[in-house]
Amino acid sequence: MDQNNTTVSTTRRGFLKKFGVTLGTLGVVSAMGVVSSCNTTDPNKKFRFLNAEGEWVEVDVSKMDVHLTELQKRGREGIPGKKFVMVIDLAKCQNARQCMAACQTAHHLKPEQHHINVLRMENDERTGHYFMPKPCQHCDNPPCTKVCPVDATFQRQDGIVLIDNERCIGCRFCIAACPYSARIFNWTEPKHYEEDTDRIYDVELNVPQKKGTISKCLFSADRLRIGKLPYCVSACPNGVYWFGDANEDVVTNGTSKESTRLSTLLEEKGAYTLLPELGTKPSVYYLPPRDRLIKYNYDGKNYLGEDEPDKPHHG
Amino acid sequence: MSEIRNQDEKAVFEKIKEDLLTPVKTKYWGYNALIVSLLTLIAAALYAYYFQLRDGLGVTAMTDYVSWGIYIASFVFFVAVALVGMLISAVVGLVGQKWITPVGRIAEMIALAFVMMAGIIIVIDMGRPDRLLNVFLHFRFQSPIFWDVTVVTTYVAISTLLLLLPMLPDLGIMRNHLKGEVPQWKWMLYNILSLGWVGTPKQYQILHRTLRVLLILIIPVAMSIHTVTSWLSALTLRAGWDSTIFGPYYVSGAFVAGSGAVLVAMYFIRRGYKLQDYITDYHFDKMGKLMVLVSLVYLYFNLNEFLVPGYKMKTHDAIHLHTLFNGEYSLMFWLTQTFGLILPIVLGLFKKMRKPFPLMLIGASLVIGAWYKRVIIIVPTLIHAHLPIQNVPKDFTEYNPTGMEVTITIGVIATAVLIVAILAKLFPVVPIWETAHEKGVDIEKDL
Repeated sequence: MDQNNTTVSTTRRGFLKKFGVTLGTLGVVSAMGVVSSCNTTDPNKKFRFLNAEGEWVEVDVSKMDVHLTELQKRGREGIPGKKFVMVIDLAKCQNARQCMAACQTAHHLKPEQHHINVLRMENDERTGHYFMPKPCQHCDNPPCTKVCPVDATFQRQDGIVLIDNERCIGCRFCIAACPYSARIFNWTEPKHYEEDTDRIYDVELNVPQKKGTISKCLFSADRLRIGKLPYCVSACPNGVYWFGDANEDVVTNGTSKESTRLSTLLEEKGAYTLLPELGTKPSVYYLPPRDRLIKYNYDGKNYLGEDEPDKPHHG
Repeated sequence: MSEIRNQDEKAVFEKIKEDLLTPVKTKYWGYNALIVSLLTLIAAALYAYYFQLRDGLGVTAMTDYVSWGIYIASFVFFVAVALVGMLISAVVGLVGQKWITPVGRIAEMIALAFVMMAGIIIVIDMGRPDRLLNVFLHFRFQSPIFWDVTVVTTYVAISTLLLLLPMLPDLGIMRNHLKGEVPQWKWMLYNILSLGWVGTPKQYQILHRTLRVLLILIIPVAMSIHTVTSWLSALTLRAGWDSTIFGPYYVSGAFVAGSGAVLVAMYFIRRGYKLQDYITDYHFDKMGKLMVLVSLVYLYFNLNEFLVPGYKMKTHDAIHLHTLFNGEYSLMFWLTQTFGLILPIVLGLFKKMRKPFPLMLIGASLVIGAWYKRVIIIVPTLIHAHLPIQNVPKDFTEYNPTGMEVTITIGVIATAVLIVAILAKLFPVVPIWETAHEKGVDIEKDL
């Protein structure tokens, strides 16, 4: 009996020892992986950025956090005290598509990549067509940020949903989760990737774009940082867009630059949100396409100049 | 009297040992041919993957709308097949079914190989595989992907243990009896893996206790792994995925896919290794019955998954169901439902069909059907977004996998088969000690 016990304990110890060696090896291998993943940057490189007080600050790149740069940190925090909203007046949209063009230029996007897309809509066969610009809805209950495994996409305190393409692993779960099809992916090398290689990544502009990562509408967070209206809003020739701060209760029209009370605008024009039944709580409001001054006019060519039927493609 | 019995016992044990260890010692022409062809497929896939790494996921047919394709469908397929390890060893084993003895290890080998490939193909689907470590460095507990990574790795660990631990007595036997009969490295491998097993009653006691814990533990883990996999779809707001029964729908479908895979593996292993005395018609009959049972459960979930929204026909559900029933995916849908579900159930009800060869064909049909079913679950839903798909090239509204993507997928499937083939050649597929034990041999004496 005694002898039996000794054999057992020896073998058990041997068993544990062998297991320990295996686990130890695994540990070392993964630790090496972690160390090698920390990217080393050129120590002499300086980096200039605007701080929260609006002053230019210069920092050694080597002193910045290896995981988050100052720009990323600032981009993640957002602008304190603000809650940005957009109001889109569907009665005014004539499919000029200048918003799309301005957006693609600013964010280095290819023609088929849309942060904002002007859609041809038809609610019912008898109700007629209208044009509907569709940016990211910057939901207050965003389905996309919930599913992100690495916190690459997140909502900031000012309500803007951003994507950090230095963090993104390209799993595209957020694309699957977004009911508004607001997200795009860099399936191949992005536009201007060669010129952009040395550019420091600005998370509020999402430039440079990176292959294998997500991109999306940012409400032009970089413009808001310096007190300007978003690219699309400023580019519109037809007065479609109102943009502003819900906390101040003021929105400004991108074309006429006139300001008005947000609450009055929403109330008087009978504003609504897209797919409210999904509970996403968008920050983008739509004013119904009634009393349109201009006739619906579509020449059968889509934004890319290709033939695309007027009938909206649902299925 | 006891002397004679002992001699009998010895003879029986020698026979079992000889029969079951022959495949380990022998060189087979067919096996080598299989390995070479699998390696060719894998090499082609690696070549294609090089291009994908260089040029991006743009080499696939995926777009901003259909952003998941056959990679994710195959991921779901691999996880599904891997669940068979839990079904056979744990569920059927724990309710006291004895017939699983020669099937259990095959099921575990399949489980381990397929769950590993599930992990691989998810990395292949990543836009930035170089940032894989971000999943651990910056994990968010709220993301279903984090849950998936957790349960997949746990399942790999438990499956490895469930393959290795019940093999310890066999490894002990091989260490004791194969020295000189196999290459030195192989013997060393058996020696190391046997973890000093000598077969004392105390060791057996520990082994049985450990196995019991693992077998109970693997049930919730396996349920979790596939439920979480289903949640990758079900937790979104899209028609066709937005379903409350997706967890059990996936788990029941997994058992169908897994039983199919086991039937195919049983057939070829039995034929190739001439194990007709160990994997008998009786075992096929039992596996066939199990296949019918799990398929019936899956059929029930299919009825719920399609008839309930089909009755109501909500706007987006209706678009989705039309695509499947009489739209662009109808041919794939009906072929899959017929050959991957209905026909196997009907045929499996007949005793004549529960013979090795017909069951192998049915199993193959189930496995192929299972793969296509995963494509049907993933792709059509993405083709129909809530809002119109406009101002993009025409091919954004459809999905036809490219040659690159198909090559890579086939390569990963080939790797899964390769792992099963290597495991089934390196180790006895039918447990020696359990078989001997069932024939009344007191194997503890041998060691």
